[in-house]
Amino acid sequence: MSRVRVLVGTRKGAFVLTSDGTRARWDVTGPHFGGWEIYHLKGSPVDPDRLYASQSSGWFGQVIQRSNDGGKTWESADNKFAYDGPTGTHLWYDGTPHPWGFARVWHLEPSLSDPDTVYAGVEDAALFRTTDGGGSWQELSGLRTHTSAPLWQPGAGGMCLHTILLDPSRAGRMFVAISAAGAFRSDDAGATWRPVNRGLQSEGIPDPSAEVGHCVHRIAMHRSRPGVLFMQKHWDVMRSDDAGETWREVSGNLPSDFGFPIDVHAHEPETIYVVPIKSDSEHYPPDGKLRVYRSRTGGQEWEALTRGLPQSHCYVNVLRDAMSVDGLDPCGVYFGTTGGQVYASADAGDSWAPIVRDLPAVVSVEVQTLS
Amino acid sequence: MIRVVLPAHLRTLARVDGEVKLEVPGPVTQRSVLDALEAAYPMLRGTIRDHVTLQRRPFLRFFACEQDLSHQPPDAPLPGAVAEGAEPYLVVGAMAGG
Repeated sequence: MSRVRVLVGTRKGAFVLTSDGTRARWDVTGPHFGGWEIYHLKGSPVDPDRLYASQSSGWFGQVIQRSNDGGKTWESADNKFAYDGPTGTHLWYDGTPHPWGFARVWHLEPSLSDPDTVYAGVEDAALFRTTDGGGSWQELSGLRTHTSAPLWQPGAGGMCLHTILLDPSRAGRMFVAISAAGAFRSDDAGATWRPVNRGLQSEGIPDPSAEVGHCVHRIAMHRSRPGVLFMQKHWDVMRSDDAGETWREVSGNLPSDFGFPIDVHAHEPETIYVVPIKSDSEHYPPDGKLRVYRSRTGGQEWEALTRGLPQSHCYVNVLRDAMSVDGLDPCGVYFGTTGGQVYASADAGDSWAPIVRDLPAVVSVEVQTLS
Repeated sequence: MIRVVLPAHLRTLARVDGEVKLEVPGPVTQRSVLDALEAAYPMLRGTIRDHVTLQRRPFLRFFACEQDLSHQPPDAPLPGAVAEGAEPYLVVGAMAGG
């Protein structure tokens, strides 16, 4: 019988939640790395017991952990993320040039074909790669040295590269997203990049349709249709049908089109999920009701999913990396909140139940479907 | 032997209990002690000093013999009591919270 493993990163450690395919009863282990911020942990698609975790601390900086046994034991990997060559400058909050400086790893994206190859998205925005299982990291500096990079400027959360999508059908194509620079695409395995933000409109920047400067919160794709991308932007839910060349808004009837995560159903590439948040300063659900919204039409038409979720006095947030789906049928959907709950739905979002209620604030949720 | 006391989180990371004891060749300075510490426990690289600049991380302090040595030059000799192993060299995490 299939099993599910949910990897949860929180402000004070990592937790591993496991269940059989019924997804009814859960075993919880953790905290791993107690006291440290775990921005993200993710497993290799080709070796599910190979996990990587980003562990960081305001005191002690960045640590990378690797597990070869599905999270039972861990070993430290290389944590040196040195920018390649002259670091140059980006814009600071006051509009002055500011030297690039490494702060932390926001996202780890294991290769689709090699468990020893992993991409790391970092703050200040850059993309790194290891090809030896975390033994060393090299920057793919074509992104940070893009001609627009000196004009990139951090959002309130820092200038982070938080989304990495690998195209399973076209070797060398990948997408990244940076707050607050926007989305970028490479067609040559990360050597060169170009912005793919046409169609985005952001009222918070001087030119709302600028080539760069958009605060993209998250991008998602379905493996079967990697040319179709879904984006949750600072405001607006967007869709691209041409691998990012152009975008159109599909916010439709959402109660708010502000939010952080977005994800796609494992078996229905036109079924997508978002969690609307009231506004950019009110990071909680509208009306105190925690509602996941599902569109079965690839956007525009949305339905509220509420069964099992708190529908009064709920003021948690769901961060950009804190939603994931499993590969079972029916598809399981999972998300974690800043209030420490991890909710799971074993019926594609129709109903929900908390796996755990009282973890530290959840930063990331990733799901592995194990045979 | 040089005695080094690490904060709890770094002891966990390095998988050590209690004090770390190090052989430090040559002059006993903050740089040579930290070099020896990182050579013995590579997982600590970057957690006490920046990988590239080797600057102390901002929320850490270095104490010994009831003195704050955090702002001393890295190549200045450490107190004799540290070099003789009578007193430990302390890596201390800044207090946080209200």
